[in-house]
Parts: sequence; structure tokens; C-alpha cells
Amino acid sequence: MISGGILDEHRGAHSVLWVLVSGLLMETKTNETRSMFLNVGPSHPAMHGVIQLVLELDGERVMGADVEIGFLHRGFEKMCEEGPYNNAIPYTDRLNYVSPLINNFGYCLAVEKLLDITTTERCQYIRVLMSEISRITDHLTCIGASAMELGTFTVFLYMIKAREFLWELVEEVTGARLTISYGRVGGVKADVPSGFAERCKAALKEVRQVLQEVDSLLTRNRIFFDRMKDVGVISAEDAVAYGITGPFLRATGVNYDVRKANPYLVYDRLQFDVPLGTHGDNLDRYYVRMEEMVQSMRLIEQCLAQMPEGPINVDFEGRVMPAAEMVDHAKLGRTEGLKQWAVSLDPTLEGSTKPFFARVNVADRRVMLPPKEDTYGNIEGLMQHFKLIMVGHGIRPPKGEVYFPVEGANGELGFYIVSDGSDRPYRVRVRPPCFPIMQALPRMLIGDMLADVVPTFGSVNMIAGELDR
Amino acid sequence: MNSTQQLAEHVQKQFPQWVIATHAWRGDQTVILQREGLREVCQYLRDDPAMAFHLLVDLTVVDLCTMGTAQLGDAFRPMPAVDPSITWTHFTEETEGPRNLWGEPSPRFEVVYHLYSLAHRHRLRLKVPIEASDPCAHSVTSIWTGANWFEREAWDMFGIIFTGHPHLKRILMYEEFQGHPLRKDYPVNKRQPLIGPVN
Repeated sequence: MISGGILDEHRGAHSVLWVLVSGLLMETKTNETRSMFLNVGPSHPAMHGVIQLVLELDGERVMGADVEIGFLHRGFEKMCEEGPYNNAIPYTDRLNYVSPLINNFGYCLAVEKLLDITTTERCQYIRVLMSEISRITDHLTCIGASAMELGTFTVFLYMIKAREFLWELVEEVTGARLTISYGRVGGVKADVPSGFAERCKAALKEVRQVLQEVDSLLTRNRIFFDRMKDVGVISAEDAVAYGITGPFLRATGVNYDVRKANPYLVYDRLQFDVPLGTHGDNLDRYYVRMEEMVQSMRLIEQCLAQMPEGPINVDFEGRVMPAAEMVDHAKLGRTEGLKQWAVSLDPTLEGSTKPFFARVNVADRRVMLPPKEDTYGNIEGLMQHFKLIMVGHGIRPPKGEVYFPVEGANGELGFYIVSDGSDRPYRVRVRPPCFPIMQALPRMLIGDMLADVVPTFGSVNMIAGELDR
Repeated sequence: MNSTQQLAEHVQKQFPQWVIATHAWRGDQTVILQREGLREVCQYLRDDPAMAFHLLVDLTVVDLCTMGTAQLGDAFRPMPAVDPSITWTHFTEETEGPRNLWGEPSPRFEVVYHLYSLAHRHRLRLKVPIEASDPCAHSVTSIWTGANWFEREAWDMFGIIFTGHPHLKRILMYEEFQGHPLRKDYPVNKRQPLIGPVN
């Protein structure tokens, strides 16, 4: 049986007493201690996802812990090997489903590195912007849920309200709230809609207000403070040895943020600070996450200010026809002057017409679908479209292997892709950020009380989708 | 060591007896090591102040069993009548044997380590080829604690045995699962009975 130091001393004192007492009473008594095993999960209201903790308890103190994972294993890596490169994008949505945009872009950036292509500047700004929105939604969920488990239901509702403002933005841009599939190899699905900047600023204003409210509800709240302070402590050395990254590592005081250490996209042009903790306990992780949201909002505002419009070099002079009509014209061979027309598309494809499409996507025809006008209106565009969509064709990166890390909401999210030169990835490996953190969880739980399991586990922000893949 | 360009070559100079090859494709520094020298090199990479790879970012395996044989995706193969120029080449272990990315004959498995140095902000990839007949590698759990679960996952998914690992058991699949699902010869559609907990 594993035993904690403090308890040993108690037990020692007790046994001395017992020897004295039993010596006086001239009878022998044995002081028997048995630990209790408690299964938390796989289906438990305080477990964020399907996971099982097997706890060994002595009274209320956790003496041992075992983490069982794998309940949500869906064979992500195997499935990625089965289809063309762009087929993996919807699967990446389902890794970290609280911040799916970061997964999308991480995968796209890895394939782009394989192909050695750089996206347009506007696209890079959009990717940073959407990643930061995702990071805020992720942190809001994490703090909201763990606060709720400590009894502050109000905070949860406030934070979900704030998340709703951001998810409305996400929905506006990508067409979906959760499974967004917005990234594309070489760009994004579509440009951001008009008037997005104003609505984004308005949403940020709301989020700021919520953060202020939450701050006043939690930060100086005696109960919250006592429940979080010095609970779930991990030292910087241990955190590094376990391979922990992200806010969890930064709460121990280690300054490692992929956005600063290996800047990708346009992060090197933007001003932001990396908040660091000192104690590596739950409270510091809460502080770090709160401050990261503020920094993310700074980043979003800079993106909105700096984002280049990009040239709209197609002059349609207001000539717009429905997509089906253009297809009919083209089928009948009436293609003369068709290039000067724009199409009106289904709302789900909004922003992927020619003027907007060209400024957010690379012109590289090996990877990028043509704008819809070209697909519908001329044979070259149609052929390019089919060459990328048809089975056995598609994107064909050269033989090679790359690893591309991005800063996910939970830490370093890396994609290791091996290409054998065919249209399917030979191997796709995700480096899941919360995998090492879950591995270190027993270390943080042992020695704490049973009631501390919930806030510590909450601060891990475990996402079963990326943990089990 | 400010330039990461020399990182792989530096390791090669330090351990000429263990390093098989190095490359830096797309800027990713890679060292291919012999299995026997893995622990020694890893210990050096972590402890040498010029290297200081304190963070084991990732550990995974690549099964090279079908490398270079796919002309088209198996799952999406059109009928041969569609394109007569397509010739199917089937891999047979007896005649050819696995090949690595560059078409050279290679052992079937490659264990891949991604390392990161917090002090110097450089990255390094280690690859260790492992024969299918003897799928064993030394565990690096004593060097990086975090390797524990990654090695369990590599065992679970690829059947690589890590000698010296404290508790090598399945992590994502259940104990009764037969085979190793990420191996290339494990059929993607294969079903196995899901065995529940013993009541």
C-alpha cells in the first residue's frame, strides 16, 4: 500500500500510544488500516468525457490513483491513412472539439509544410484570428466547468453565455458551431463575411464584460481560493519530465509557448504576452487561463487592425447569376463572356466566390480547388476541380516526413505526417496535448483530499476526443 | 549551438558508431540511430548543456510495411478498366522486404522520437529502425518520465516491446484486443468482439 508522509507520522504517534495503553491494560490490540477503492467514471457527472479514475482512499485522502483512458478511441490515425489528404480535416474537428479550428489549421499547416507552400497573408491573419477565438472558447469552457463543479453555477452560465457570442462568430464564418471543417490545405474554406470586424469587436466587448464579472466572482472568493490554492501541485521539473505543455506548464513558471518559441503564421508580427504562474497549482492555472484569454483578445484586435484586404482584381460590374444557371450556360457551350459573371451561391458556400476566394487561398493548383465561377463556367476550372476531388488523384505531396507544432488550447498540438508520394497520407500522428497531462494526473492527486480530485481534474481540461483519438 | 542546421551532424560526430544517417528535409533535423545506442544517445541529448532536450514531445512508430507500394489508395481504387496505365504492385515480404522513405531496404518499423529543447528552442527527431522479427526497443522512461504512456501506446498500436518499461500494457484498446491496429497489415474494417468488464 502506498502511504503519504503526514499520515505516517500520525500513525506512528498512534502506535506509540497504543503500545503504552495496551501495555497498561495488559492486552494486545491491532490497529488495522484498510484502504478503500473508489471508481470515478467512466460515466460520472464530474468527469469531462469518458474516463475512469481508480482512486485508493484512506479516509478522505487519496493514497493512489490510476487513470484508465481509451473509451473514446475511434482510430483517428488509421482513418486518416485511408483517404485523401483533405478527408482528414473533418476528423481533426473531432479531436479537440472545444477548439476545433486550431486542429484544422494545425493539420493544414503540416500538409503545407510537406508541400512547401505558404498561404496568403490574409489567410494567415484569418487563421490566427480564428485560432484565438477558439482558444478563448476553450478556456471559457474549462474555467466555467471547473467553477461549476466547485459550486459556482453562475460562473458557468456567464461563461457559456460569453462562449455563445464567440460561437456565433464562428458560425458566421465557418457555417457551423462545433464541427466546422473550415481549414483547407492551402487556405480556408471561404473569406470572412462582410461586417465581420464590427461584430467581432462587439462580441469581444461582451466577453470582456463577462470576464470582469467572473473575475469579481471568483478571484477574491474565499471558498474558491481555498479550494484551488496549493491543490494539484506539480513542480516545473516534473511537468517538463512528463512532457506537459501549454497553460499547464506555464502555470509552473516555464516559459514555453509555441507561438513565441517557434512562431508560425503571423504570430511574430503581433504583440502579446505569455502569462506565467509560479506555484503550478490549480489557482495558478486558473490565473494563467484567465490572462491568456485577455491576451487572445489583444491578438484578435491586432489581427482585425492589420489584416490586409487583398486585391479584388476581378471586376464583375454587378453581374451576378445563380450557380445553376451558369452551369446550364456552360453545358450548352455558351461560355463567351461567362468569366465576367459572378455566381450567387448557397449560403454555406458564401465567401468562396472568385474575388474573396483568391485572397484567402494560394494560387497553387496542386492543392486548391478553383473558385466556383471557374468550376461552373469553364472547362479548365472544372478539370482542376475534378483532378483534386476524383479518387486516386487529389493532393500528392512529395515523399517525406514533417512535424508541425501549433499552440493548441491545452498545449503543443503537433501533427507528424509521413507521405509516400501518393494521394493518401502514409501516416498521420497527432501529438495530443492532454495525453501527457493525464499521465501526470496521479502524481497531482496523490496526497490531496478526495474533494480535490474534481478541481484538479477540471484544471487539466481533458478533452477525450484528442486524448483517445 | 545556435544553428539548428548542425544539430544532426553534431550528434553524428559524437556517436559515429550509433548514427546510421541524418537528414534535414523541410528543416526538420533528423537522426537515424541504431537500436543499441538509443539510451546512450538519449541520455546525452537530455543532459548535455549544448543539447538540453528536456522535453520529449512525442513518441510514435511508423510501419514501413507498405511504403512505396501504393500507387493509388486501396480504399478508393477505381476499376482497372478506368485507367489501364495503372499497374498494381503488391508487396510481398518474402521477395522484397520493407523500404524506407527513400526507397532503401529498411527494417519494418521505425520508432520516432520528437525532442524539444526549452533552453535552446531547437527540435530534433530521432528514428530507430526495428526489425519485425524482433520488435524490441529500449525504454526511455527512465530518461523522460513522460515516455511511459507514449511507449504503452506504441505497444498497443504497433506491438513494439519496450524493454525496461515499468508497466507495458495496452492503453487505448482493451486488454482482450487481438493484434495491433495501426500496423499496415491490420485490416481497417476488421471487427472484434468488444469484451466488457468481467462481472
